[in-house]
Formats: sequence, C-alpha cells, structure tokens
Amino acid sequence: MSKKTNFLSLGLVRGVFAMLVGMPLGMGLVTLIRLAVGLPAWNAEPAWVVGGLVGAVAFMIGVGSLSDWFKLAAGGELPEHPAGAVNGWARYFNFTLDHKVIGVQYGVLSLLMFSIAGLFALIFRTELVQTGLQYLNADEFNTLISLHGIVMIMAILLGVAAMSNYLTPLMIGANDMAFPRLNSFAFWINVPSGIFLLSSLFLGGFDTGWTGYPPLSVRAPLGIQMFFLGVYLFGLSSILGALNIIVTVVRLRAPGMTFFRMPIFVWSAFATALISATATQLIALSFQMVMFQRLFGMGFFDPARGGNVLLFQHLFWFYSHPAVYVFVLTGLGTISELLPVFVRKPLFGYRWVAVSSLGIALIGFFVWAHHMFTSGMSEFLRVPFMYSTLLVAVPTGVKFFSWVATMWRGKMSFETPMLFVLGAISIFLVGGLSGPPNAVVATDLHLHDTYFIVGHFHATMFGGFVFPFMAAVYFWFPKVTGRMFNERLGKLHFWLMFPAFFVQSFGQMFIGLFGMRRRIADYDPALGFEQPNWLITIAGMVIALSVLIFFINLVYSTKRGPVAVANPWRSRSPEWLLPSPIPEHNYPQPLEIVGEPYDYGLVGSVFVRIPSTAVIEEPVK
Amino acid sequence: MTSNTVSESYAHRLATNRLGLWLFLLSDAFMFGGLFITRVYLWGDTRPELNQTLGLIVTSMLLISSFFMNRAETAMAHGDRKGFLRGTLVTIVLGIAFLAGVIGVEWQIAPFGVSEDAYGAVFFMMTGMHAFHVLTGVIFLLIVWNNARRGRYSVEKHWAVEAAAVYWHFVDVVWIFFYPALYLIGKVG
Repeated sequence: MSKKTNFLSLGLVRGVFAMLVGMPLGMGLVTLIRLAVGLPAWNAEPAWVVGGLVGAVAFMIGVGSLSDWFKLAAGGELPEHPAGAVNGWARYFNFTLDHKVIGVQYGVLSLLMFSIAGLFALIFRTELVQTGLQYLNADEFNTLISLHGIVMIMAILLGVAAMSNYLTPLMIGANDMAFPRLNSFAFWINVPSGIFLLSSLFLGGFDTGWTGYPPLSVRAPLGIQMFFLGVYLFGLSSILGALNIIVTVVRLRAPGMTFFRMPIFVWSAFATALISATATQLIALSFQMVMFQRLFGMGFFDPARGGNVLLFQHLFWFYSHPAVYVFVLTGLGTISELLPVFVRKPLFGYRWVAVSSLGIALIGFFVWAHHMFTSGMSEFLRVPFMYSTLLVAVPTGVKFFSWVATMWRGKMSFETPMLFVLGAISIFLVGGLSGPPNAVVATDLHLHDTYFIVGHFHATMFGGFVFPFMAAVYFWFPKVTGRMFNERLGKLHFWLMFPAFFVQSFGQMFIGLFGMRRRIADYDPALGFEQPNWLITIAGMVIALSVLIFFINLVYSTKRGPVAVANPWRSRSPEWLLPSPIPEHNYPQPLEIVGEPYDYGLVGSVFVRIPSTAVIEEPVK
Repeated sequence: MTSNTVSESYAHRLATNRLGLWLFLLSDAFMFGGLFITRVYLWGDTRPELNQTLGLIVTSMLLISSFFMNRAETAMAHGDRKGFLRGTLVTIVLGIAFLAGVIGVEWQIAPFGVSEDAYGAVFFMMTGMHAFHVLTGVIFLLIVWNNARRGRYSVEKHWAVEAAAVYWHFVDVVWIFFYPALYLIGKVG
C-alpha cells in the first residue's frame, strides 16, 4: 500500500489548483498581447477563452497527465507497465493507466453530470407546469434548457466511454488499452470541460439551445464561449478515446479471437468509435468558426459579408446526427450482450447483429440534413436525405428482430439487469417508431421544433442509452466492486422509472402533435397544455426519485453489499473468469478462444478459457 | 495478441503505434475536409485576388521540405545520424520559411482584412489552421532532432522519427489541396 494519502497529493486537487493559477495567467497573457498591439487592455471574451485554454492545459499538467510525454520529449524512456504508484480509493482521483480504473472514473463522472443535467431539467420543467413565468426569467430558462442538453450529451458520452473502456479490453482478452496514457488523458480533459460548461451559468449563460445556431450564438452572452470551450474539450476526449478503442480492438485481441468471435458489445464499441474518431471534428470546427466570428469578427455566418448560416448547420449536424448513433449503438450493443445471458439462448443472427452496427454507423454519415428540412436549404436535398434517413431503420430492424428471436422460447429470468434490458427494448421501440414521421418530409414540416421531437428524442436516448446503461451498471456491479447490489432497490428503481418514462415521453409527443413548441419558456393557456405539462413534470420527478434510489443502492452496496459469487449471471464472457474486482493486469495468461461467444444452453460448449485454470462451461440441465 | 512476449515486442508495439497515428491523421483530415467544404460553400467558383508568386514560392518550399524529410528518415533507417540531422534541419528551416511566407508576408499583404468578408474569413481560417499544424510539426521535428543529436534513436528503434516524418508529409499533403483551393480554382471575385 502507498503512504498515507493526503488531500493535496490527489491528482484532481492538484489539477484544480493548477487551473486556478493557469486561468489568470492566460488572461494576463491576452491582456499583454492586446496592450502590445495597441488595443484596449481588457476585453472579457478573449480573456476568458485564452484563460480557459491555458487553464485546461494547466489542469492537465497539475493532474500529472502530461509528465510522461514531457519526459519522452526530453529523451527519456517510459516503462511499458509502470508499477501502480497509488492504491485504494485514491487512485480514482489520480492519473492512472489501468483501463478499469479509468472506466470507473468515466462512469462516476458520467453519473455526476447526469444528475446535474437532470436537476436543470427539473427546474425548468417545474416552471412549465403553469403558463406565465413564475420563478425563472426567459434568459435563465433558455440557459437551463441549453445546459440540460449539452451536459446530458456530455454525460452520455462519458457513459459510453465508461463502458467501452472498462469492458473492451476485458472482453477481447487484453491486459489494457493500446495507449494507456492517451486513455487517461482523454478522461481527465473532461474535468476542465465540465467546469467550463457549468461556468457558463455565471458568465451570462447562453440562450441558443445546445445546438448553438448562428446568428443567435454570435449575439449570445459570454457564457456561450465557455460552452464552446467545454464542447471542444470533451470532443477531443471523444476523438482520442475512440482512436484508442479502434486500435485496441484491431491489435490486442487474444489469439483465436477473430472479429466474428468477439462479444457483440465490442462490435458496437468499435462501430461507435469509428463515428467518434472522425465526425467529431466537424462539430468542433463549426463551434470554432462561431467562436472566431465572435473573437475576430470573421464573417462566416454573416450574410451581409458573404457568409451563410446554413453552412453552420451542415457542419454541425454532420457530427451531431451521427452522435446519437454513438449513444445508442453502445446501448444497443449492451442489450444484445446481456439478453442471451438472461434468456439462456444463443444470440439470434450474431453476424447480422455485428454487421448491423457498422451499417448504422455508415448510414449515419449520410443523414444529417434531415434536421434541416425547414431551414431553407435547397429543396432538392430533402428527398435523398429522407430516404437515407429511413434506411437507418433497416439495420436497426435487424437488431430488433434478433432480440425478439433471441427471446423466443427462451428461459427468461427477470433480475434487475434483465428488467432494464427489456425496458430498453420497449422504450427504444417507441423511440424508433416515432422516428419515421420526423424523417418523412411531409410530416416533419408539421412536427419540426415541436415537443413531438422532444418526446421522440428522449425515447431514443432512454431506450438506446439510459436503460441499457443502467442495465450495464447493475450487471457489471459485482465485477467492479466484488459485491452484490440490493435486488429489491434495483427492482424498485426499475418499476418507478419505467412507467414514469412512458408518461413523460408520450405526454411530450402528445402535446407536440397538438402544437406545443419546444424550447419555449411559456405557452398560451388557451392551448390547454397545463395539465399534460403538469403530468410530464411529475413523471420527471418520479424518474429523479428512482435515480436517487439507484444512487443509494450503489453507494450502500459498494460498502455493505454481500460479497458476490464468482459468476452471478452465469455469463460466458471472459471477464467472469477473473476474480472480482479484477487484479491490475487482467489476465495472468493469454486467453484461449475455443468456441462461439453466445452458445448459451448448448451443453458442454465453451467460449474461452485461461489455460489450466478457469473455464465457463454450459452445464447439463 | 496478449501473450506477454508478443505484445511487448517492439515490432508489435510499432505496428500498434502506426495504426494509432494513421487514425489520428484520418480524424484530422475530417477537420481539414470541413474547411475545404467551407471554402466551396462560401466561395463557390470564385477566389480572392492573392499574390501568385508568393503562393508558388511557399508551396514549393513546403514540397521541397517533404523531400528532405524523406531523405532524413531514410538516413536514420540506415544508421546515418549526420545525414538525418542535416536533412531534418533543412526541413525545419523550410518549414519556418513557409510560416514566414504565409503569416509574415501573405497575411500582411492580403487585399482584405480578417473581418471584411467571407474571403477574409475563409482565407485566414484555412491558412491559419494549416499554419498551426506546420508549427506543431516544426516543434515535433525540433524535439526529434534534439533527441537524435543526443543519440536516442537507433536503426531499429526510431518510432518518433517516423511519426514526425509521417505527420510532416500529412501536413504537406493538406497544403496540396489547400493551395489550389485558395490560389488557383475559380474566377477572381
């Protein structure tokens, strides 16, 4: 064990202190440059942007993420597997190379951001219960909806990274990610990112929604620059993390683990990473252009100077549409991964499901303009984008049919993770079926910018990410902590969240169909939407309550839960061969792949074994 | 392949690093592609009035620098450290000359300001973003040059040299697209 851990030795604390020093330094730098070129010394915008950037770099230095690279640049050698310097709980607050620790770091930060973003939603939902403005003004309302959106997106990306970081190396039999230092860097850059996003609250907020469309974003308060900075940094994290996943999957699979013998989750993580690694650049570019228009007066989006606002929307949606596939592919992969375990049957059409993830990722690159049917873009673009969008339903349908066929005549059991898997499937069905009306031009012209879109989107996110993520947390909780969660609280969580979500989502779609605009702080009482809005808000609060129960369960069970048995779900995935929690370098010996991953119920079949130690064999009934 | 001997072998590590580098370049290419599309979207078949001689000079310097970069890397692979240092130094000098030509001269004599119109916006954004990459490339080369001078690399193990060279060529290739986009394509508008 390490020496006594004191507060100041934690990477996180050092990082925050460094950031507090770095930001004024950056601001001073800008002021000096401005003085040197004869401009008025103080201008808040460039000062905060450069201050923020320098602060972020300072944070990364403080946390210790750059030291190894500095050493390398100075001509030093780095050990491949440095001995773990810190043990115990403190390693979760430090720069570390262990992908499992980084996965947990991502997961905890994700849940924290989820709670913050959810809290924002509760605040503005409560405002919507009555017409008229009760306790928020319009600017505060707009800032809250914008932050709810972007902080949720960040939380989901963190959750995606949590799962793919923790699980991918384990599932392919690797001992770590291909680039552990880059992996840790990609996690820690999210901390300044989150700080910037939330700091926008205190810098005037931003009233643009999370999409930040110009010209509104060009005129928005200073807060929008912090929003841009925040997105920029977690986008960087997303790119680097994705790159790491791709290389890990391609290079570090155990001998004998061909692509078509990988657990299905790895396929979805791989497809997800292909999107994140490439498309993310475009949202960064679009935001950077708005940032520069504000800082240097460049006329990208100013029609009076030959600019064009539609350019922003094209660049922005080229990422932001595929981004939803980043969220849901991970979730759908989790569903396909867990369903066979609780049905005790092989995953139906494994190859098709594997390839469908790549199919969704690929088609996802060609659908972005369906967000722009009403934007005034050239009309001839509408129909091709309508068809390409509808095409997404094909690989998605492959997954649905696979799930249904997997469940068919299976021996289902209904533990908490399975409940969340089934909940995810049914909610994602609603989300999926409410999609085509938005993709078809004729109906979208009516539905665009209404609460119907809000309902559709929340159904895809809850079914495609939130519920699978919850399922994954419950499923791998015994693996991560070595203890069992409380099944009763888990079921309570599900039975509160599941119906409440349907009330919320159907309520949103309902009022949307009847003309409730999205992103408005107030609505006409004559529309008669007070009662449905009241219901939606109550449902939202029930969801919040269920999440609170979830947190209590996690915290309590991590400390006091009963010690988990070796393989509580009788999963065939290789990580269950290892003790829980898993030792620092996962596999003592290389894995041997001797069979198919999903032959549940086939007597005597084996997927992987660690030579001469451990094996998971399907039992005789 | 997880067997301890294989995964820690230098050759395996090298191939892994290569894939990582190329993925990074692919990602970066999307950003440059976005800039290229911005140019097409806002300028269409027009272009601004720029100094053609200067454009040709800086382009030539960057292309020639890639030749010396390749010479340097080949020298390293053959154990010729002196040749490597010489070639890299020429590359660095040409890279800095390119930066001086674009930022020091072209930016000053351009017939439009940053905030004047879409010509200014796109021109400064494209050249600025590319120049930023050249600058990082120069810094990367300086680090590699310094470490090579101190004998840190060998014929078998010089991944940093290879990475710097590939990155340099990549930035060069980007300019091969940007130069015609900025200087050659379209009518002077």
